[in-house]
Amino acid sequence: MDDKKLIYLDNNATTAVAPEVFETMRPYFCERYGNPSSIHTFGGSVTADIENARAAVARLLGADWKDRHGKFTEIIFTGCGTESDNAAIMSALSACPRKRKVVMSMVEHPAVLSMGKELEQRGYPVSYVPVDSNGRLDLARYEEMIDADTAVVSIMWANNETGNIYPVEQCAEIAHRYGALFHTDAVQAIGKIPCNLAASRIDMLSLSGHKLHAPKGVGALYVRRGTRFHPTQIGGHQERGRRAGTENVASIIGLGKAAELALAALERENTYVRDLRDRLERGICGNIPQAEVLGDPEHRLPNTTLIGFEAVEGESILMRMDRLGICASSGSACTTGSLEPSHVLRAMGVPDTLAHSAIRFSLSTYNTPEEIAFVIREMPGIIAWLRKLSPFWKK
Amino acid sequence: MWDYNDKVMDHFLHPRNVGEVENPDGVAQVGNITCGDALKLSFKLDKNNRIAEVKFQTFGCASAIASSSALTELVKGMTLEDAEKVTNKDIVNILGDLPEAKLHCSVMGMEALQAAIANYRGEKGGAAGKNEHEGRIVCKCFSVTDTKIRQLALANNLHTVEEITDYCKAGGACGSCLNEIQGILDGLWKEKKTESESSKRAEFMRLPLIQRVLKVQEIIDTEVKPMLAQDGGSIELLDMKDNVVVVKLTGRCAACPSAGVTLKSGVEAILRDCLFPEIVVESR
Repeated sequence: MDDKKLIYLDNNATTAVAPEVFETMRPYFCERYGNPSSIHTFGGSVTADIENARAAVARLLGADWKDRHGKFTEIIFTGCGTESDNAAIMSALSACPRKRKVVMSMVEHPAVLSMGKELEQRGYPVSYVPVDSNGRLDLARYEEMIDADTAVVSIMWANNETGNIYPVEQCAEIAHRYGALFHTDAVQAIGKIPCNLAASRIDMLSLSGHKLHAPKGVGALYVRRGTRFHPTQIGGHQERGRRAGTENVASIIGLGKAAELALAALERENTYVRDLRDRLERGICGNIPQAEVLGDPEHRLPNTTLIGFEAVEGESILMRMDRLGICASSGSACTTGSLEPSHVLRAMGVPDTLAHSAIRFSLSTYNTPEEIAFVIREMPGIIAWLRKLSPFWKK
Repeated sequence: MWDYNDKVMDHFLHPRNVGEVENPDGVAQVGNITCGDALKLSFKLDKNNRIAEVKFQTFGCASAIASSSALTELVKGMTLEDAEKVTNKDIVNILGDLPEAKLHCSVMGMEALQAAIANYRGEKGGAAGKNEHEGRIVCKCFSVTDTKIRQLALANNLHTVEEITDYCKAGGACGSCLNEIQGILDGLWKEKKTESESSKRAEFMRLPLIQRVLKVQEIIDTEVKPMLAQDGGSIELLDMKDNVVVVKLTGRCAACPSAGVTLKSGVEAILRDCLFPEIVVESR
């Protein structure tokens, strides 16, 4: 691993902390370690830095509303994307106890989907919106599932496996028609596609720091002003009583810097990164027979491609790629420790032959054309080698 | 990230005996693509009925490929009679070790071999194939029958559902059969316990009387007396008939109001534990 070059194409799993982000965080460990709740200047002065970070996140989300003290109070810092998702759904249910129904898609991230299963166990009726073979949401079924008893709808903005982008504005509008709150897990979308919450109907939105070059262990939850919020984590007054616990100062500062960088890099994400992704996709599918892009070709994140290779198994592919220092992910059962292929591909009705073989490449601004060319060069050999071993490959 | 050892990686990166034997004597394919792995094995015998040539094709993860490769190395040169006795444990032994959740890969190897041998003999399916159709499907996701679960549990001494899932995937997907698998395991091992207990009794009863007395005396001296001595009491063996042991509590135990309890939950329990559960202790 040491002297081998690393080609990191797994940015939907996690990203590198940007060097600028790391430098911004550095003073908050050994020098400016004060507690923002303290009365003394040493600690208290950190509060202003946290508010600047909050403003940067608000700008990335296009959430320009400020309270009368000039604070972007729609943003709550949390510990991760999962915490934001959990807090949003639980808050919606406790803020409106007479409504009990929950609606979410079948392709949500486990952070939301497992919450659905848990709520079912606790007696809440939960409906799961199906998708078509390209992973597109069945909007007609979606609307049928929502009624006046629906407390909250949670639909992801972009899917982590396929990169599919979902019509969250339209979904929010439909949810509001029935008086339901609308939450979106935007962990994969933020930093990759534009977001303008000021002009949106979305009530709550979750994001995660480590997907946009901030460190792991920090996330944020947007709660539109006027939305009743019930905290799940109870304790001190931090985050205006909506998320108790001493602030993870350094990481929050890091998330602020990452948000600033992401906003500036949004165009590069949709030109440079998109171009690399398209090149990779064409290169692979053009040079390997029976390799097929899965997902919605029209509405997709600029950095993601999910490719199925007929008759070979995902883990074997990843292990061969790993030998060359290429990092990616797979929807195959074997890589996850579970025995079932990805729930997303199952929901899409992808045949098992392809589901077990799907490899997800997710790029970032740090990837280079040379890296992409190397992967395009190496993939045909890997797939051909494994197909030679496969009883299902018909030459 | 799986923690594969060097041996597994070697067999994965440099698999031995890949392909299909031309005009094979025996050939079989087990597993299927729905489950995420499949293995096709073919072999040819020499004139002494030994496996002269054996080849595989595998769809699956690194450990499935490594297990298949190791299997072919293992059985090459074997007589069919020896090959038939190869188990998944032999495959794991060649590889050194497999992650627990990957043990089903070695089981697939064993099943492919058994099925290929059965194919040579003109039987349909073979031992593994028979299991697939024998018994009742318990795990619908991976089509695993109760017969197969029992066989794997006995052969590999498996007691928990997690172990069964590691060996054959059963219960690893929707999870609706987990309770049923535990029920099968509980029933199986309870049965085994009863069997071994009744055989213990028969064995003991076959001994000449003097041997039986000596055995009971030994247990009383080494296990029972030290326990009673803690309270200043003791015990003597007076008589024995079939499963009834007659004793006399002495010392402080003789006059103790809890003597009945001592006799049953102390003395009798120890003797039952050491001999067989039908032992009855009486005092005189």
